[in-house]
Amino acid sequence: MADQTLDAKGLNCPLPILKAKKALATLPAGGTLEVLATDPGAVKDFAAFCRTTGHELVEQSQDGNVYRFVLRRKA
Amino acid sequence: MADSSGTRSMSIIVTKGTLDWAYPPFILSTTAAAMGLNVTLFFTFYGLSLLLKNLDLKMSPLGNPAMKMPMMGGHMGMPNVMSMIPGVDAGATAMMKNMMQKKGVASIPDLRALAIESDVRMIACQMTMDLFEYTPEDMIPGIEIGGAASYIEVATQSEINLFI
Repeated sequence: MADQTLDAKGLNCPLPILKAKKALATLPAGGTLEVLATDPGAVKDFAAFCRTTGHELVEQSQDGNVYRFVLRRKA
Repeated sequence: MADSSGTRSMSIIVTKGTLDWAYPPFILSTTAAAMGLNVTLFFTFYGLSLLLKNLDLKMSPLGNPAMKMPMMGGHMGMPNVMSMIPGVDAGATAMMKNMMQKKGVASIPDLRALAIESDVRMIACQMTMDLFEYTPEDMIPGIEIGGAASYIEVATQSEINLFI
């Protein structure tokens, strides 16, 4: 269970990333954020976002047209 | 190249002020800022209109053969001569805004507000302001006014430099 959930369904690039960044900033180091998105571009983008920022992409799955990501805030 | 704190930087020269071309600089700058980069936008010529307090962005199918709107299951462009007809550009602008809203694309005022919130540095070109007779009061607060040397200084310190 993630510490916080961000519903970014229906939002297009770059909003899921921008909102995830904001939400991560409210978490303590090591805190987890679940992001739900329908933008297919988010799959590559969250991976790139995490590689660049150092946050960890701990989980990724798909249920129908909804993509789910779990990010862990870097220490 | 990273500065002493390890932060990387990006700069963009923003030269266009239509609704469609306003997207790339604001999307890239907000995303780069979210990814931890220092970002500077340098607004010159028509790009300057993106800094006006009163954002009234428009677009035109004129001279834009690649602009094909989804219509009746296909894609339709518009012959140049159509843009001469009063109301066609306004119609194309309204159609684009409507389509963007439906597809969950952020509006330019929202993206600009996000850019300001994420400390994207914005420099308005002094020469263009003089040329088109704009005053600092016409612009949103918090921007800087500078010239080519100001941009070059930023560019020498950035690993990503784009021209849009």
